[in-house]
Amino acid sequence: MRKIWWKILCIVLLFYVIFMGLMGPVPHLPILNESIRNTYFHVALWLAMTTLLFSSMIYSLMYLRSSNIKHDDIASELAKSGLFYGILGCLTGSVWANFTWGDPWPNDPKLNGAAVGILIYLAYLLLRSSFEDEQRRARIASVYNIFAFAVFVPLIYILPRLTDSLHPGSGGNSTFSSYDMNSDLRMVFYPAIIGWILLGLWLTELRVRIKRINRLREEEFTKAS
Amino acid sequence: MLLYVVSTVFVCYLSFNLRRNQLTPIVWNTLFWIIILFAAVNAIAKSFSQERYGRLIYYYNLCSPQAIIISKIIYNSFVMLFLSGIGFIFYAFVMGNPVGDIGLYLICIALAAIGFASVLTLVAGIASKADNSATLMAVLSFPIILPMLLMTIRLAKNALDGLDWSVSNDEIITLLSIDLIVVTLSYLLFPYLWRS
Repeated sequence: MRKIWWKILCIVLLFYVIFMGLMGPVPHLPILNESIRNTYFHVALWLAMTTLLFSSMIYSLMYLRSSNIKHDDIASELAKSGLFYGILGCLTGSVWANFTWGDPWPNDPKLNGAAVGILIYLAYLLLRSSFEDEQRRARIASVYNIFAFAVFVPLIYILPRLTDSLHPGSGGNSTFSSYDMNSDLRMVFYPAIIGWILLGLWLTELRVRIKRINRLREEEFTKAS
Repeated sequence: MLLYVVSTVFVCYLSFNLRRNQLTPIVWNTLFWIIILFAAVNAIAKSFSQERYGRLIYYYNLCSPQAIIISKIIYNSFVMLFLSGIGFIFYAFVMGNPVGDIGLYLICIALAAIGFASVLTLVAGIASKADNSATLMAVLSFPIILPMLLMTIRLAKNALDGLDWSVSNDEIITLLSIDLIVVTLSYLLFPYLWRS
């Protein structure tokens, strides 16, 4: 039962976000109307995904420095939950886009960047599955992971700002902080980010534990036979 | 490889032969970059997988991994500059040349050649460690090379329309910085790859 507090915090925060997100007061803006509530889900999911992928890259770096296989386990599972969040972010985004921009997949540089980003991380998983030896797989996948994150960031956060995009913060649209982001929104938005990040970490932790248990069982099996 | 580029260009020429007037500058530009992209992937994929195992061990004893990756990047950059240069000349020769600003277009080709070479060299190094390296090479490299390809196509579009150089400053700087990031990362990461 050790270190359970952050899981409780995660559940509380997410319940708060879901209730307040669906029923709390929101500012009324033209075009967006009530769909601004999606900020708590779509935007927060993307930020959580970036955090997860960033920490995955940090763990890959740590693996290369230490050659400790545990770090690689964490890095790969973080990348997997990041990918999961990326797909969720795309789904929530396309629901939102359907109502505000009139098209579930408008031709927007940020959307295309996100799709390519998901492809990059799918390629990472494919790369992992094509090695037998554990240490070798870990080392090569770590190298690719660091490389991928370095390409992923300009793809999502820099390139769309240079061109016209429907998203705020690019091509003449205002950025988020100068947006009509009043205190009602902030009260839910920041907890939402933390809550989603904690949920991602929880997912990752469970998967890492399953992986370790499997590895132990395999070792015992080879010892016994 | 040169033959590969030339024959691809020729195939494109013959396929568009039916309706020459439909070949707008945008199609011209995109087609050129797609040819260059495939030529690059095919040319650079060989740079690691072609080496025999014994020779790799010999290199391993001889010099540091940094020296190897830098020399491979430089060699591949020259190969790509040569390939895309000849490719461009031949392409312009058969398909017509709508480029407004040749100087800028050549700069664009040079930046793209160096960028493609440095990205693909590291990816080829990664892919050569696996068994089915040809498929893996394509899957790993296409998404990673895409931001660079998009910037290049945009810059090439500016050159094509003969816009003023100050318009394309943004693109040139971004391309240069992506190139720089990629080369630095290859330099830092390759020693880990080399050891396995």
